[in-house]
Amino acid sequence: MLDVDKIREDFPILNVEAYPGVPLVYLDSAATSQKPHVVIEAMDAYYRQINANVHRGIHRLSEEATNAYEAAREKVARFINAPDSSQIIYVRNATEGFNLVAYSWGRHNLQAGDEILLTEMEHHANLVPWHILAEEKGVVIRYIPFQADGTLDLTNLDALLTEKTKLFSFTAVSNVFGTINPVKQLVAAGHAVDAVVMVDAAQAVPHTAVDVQDWDCDFMTFSGHKMCGPTGIGILYGKRHLLEEMPPFMGGGDMIKRVTLAGSTWNDVPWKFEAGTPSIAEGIGLGTAVDYLSSIGMDAIHAHEQFITNYALEALSEVKGIILYGPPASHRAGVATFTLQGMHPHDISEVVDKDGIAIRAGHHCAMPLHQRLGVNATARASFYLHTTTGEIDKLAASLIRTRKLFRL
Amino acid sequence: MDIYREQIIDLYEHPLNYGELETADFSYEEDNPLCGDVIRIDVQLDDNHRVAQVAWQGNGCAISQASASLLTEEIKGMALADLKSFSAERLLELVGVPLSQARRKCALLSLKVLQVGAASVSTPSANLPNRPDE
Repeated sequence: MLDVDKIREDFPILNVEAYPGVPLVYLDSAATSQKPHVVIEAMDAYYRQINANVHRGIHRLSEEATNAYEAAREKVARFINAPDSSQIIYVRNATEGFNLVAYSWGRHNLQAGDEILLTEMEHHANLVPWHILAEEKGVVIRYIPFQADGTLDLTNLDALLTEKTKLFSFTAVSNVFGTINPVKQLVAAGHAVDAVVMVDAAQAVPHTAVDVQDWDCDFMTFSGHKMCGPTGIGILYGKRHLLEEMPPFMGGGDMIKRVTLAGSTWNDVPWKFEAGTPSIAEGIGLGTAVDYLSSIGMDAIHAHEQFITNYALEALSEVKGIILYGPPASHRAGVATFTLQGMHPHDISEVVDKDGIAIRAGHHCAMPLHQRLGVNATARASFYLHTTTGEIDKLAASLIRTRKLFRL
Repeated sequence: MDIYREQIIDLYEHPLNYGELETADFSYEEDNPLCGDVIRIDVQLDDNHRVAQVAWQGNGCAISQASASLLTEEIKGMALADLKSFSAERLLELVGVPLSQARRKCALLSLKVLQVGAASVSTPSANLPNRPDE
């Protein structure tokens, strides 16, 4: 078990009051995680002590900044068990990871009539880039539906995944249901028809041990800010042969070997995809976040979240009029998404906020999922390594008060 | 809790002017993609281009729905030109509760719907087609 009291001391913001005399109950880690002081200090130290541009200068600071920035890439590679750090491309976030693959690999490899297979539970980041590509190229997009319990309905997978499918992209963990999808099985199914398989790991990497070689996926992407790291930095992992063949995503400095007025030759991967001065402090901060999570242990974090999720589903099911979405705790990550009959989720969020409780309300960047559920919004409480059972009790009590306020 | 004062909850439970008009000089619908609030407003004008009848329907949070009741109540008999210049401040005053920036959008959705609809009626005329947005 995690020593949660001790872990909470690592997060300065958990000492901040939401309102005078009202402690903060932060249940919105799936939107963005809070940052431990080691991450904040690592970025601060970079700016105070070694701030310089990377891959350029010969001077000491530039060398130290480059070393720290590249060391973070190594840490990330080990964290997800990538074969080599050159397969770790720095992007802004998972959204940029998808866009990079859509614009670089997709534009180059897909033709009219080709198919992309997605699922109905995807985040907009894994929908919209493909919609743009489909419009440009005449590519057909198909979707794996989900069942009432928030798990994928794979009964017609053989009909959806065919030799026409050139790309299969899906989320490892649903950001709404918390569903943990069978990644290995789905990757193997995609490879059986020679599709390139991409995994959205934005809700997986922060919460559970991920091994890209075990998954055998071709591309995988995630955001730093959901895993105790800063905003503005994320990772795209890719298999080497794919990255080598892909044209650059954006042009500019740092991504070239040689530029003449007649044209340019590209730098090696990963830098071919990293045009311009990157997010240096953020990269270093992400490396520190990886160190922090590793020091606690991803298996221990996952076990704690399972415990909290189980506790939350039980506590929340006691609230009258609640509808909980998603699979049982054994099959889901640390997310509890719900509605209260007779109340809009924005009203729920606004009322519990006055008790210091931060939850998300809306469509969580998954509008098609909500259209399929037949609701225009839901409320979502999401958990992390610092979440306590006491915080869940506060949420349940606040929801009961919320219903009273609305005379339910 | 100031923002959920009694009147807001009353209007959420028992909205005013809820429904639709058989014939309307303009009607318009829009949603607030942030939270999924939806509001549609139908307006029928009289010969003097004043609001003769108004009805709205939609779903969403208590603030957006209460605001639609308050707005439609306020504009009865109002001239078309005054609909077009109805200010956001005036509606927020009617709603009368302190709102964060995010929730102001909820409160102002009904006004936006009304004014986009009203803008489609360029010069007051008795021969306008019904529901020009359709």
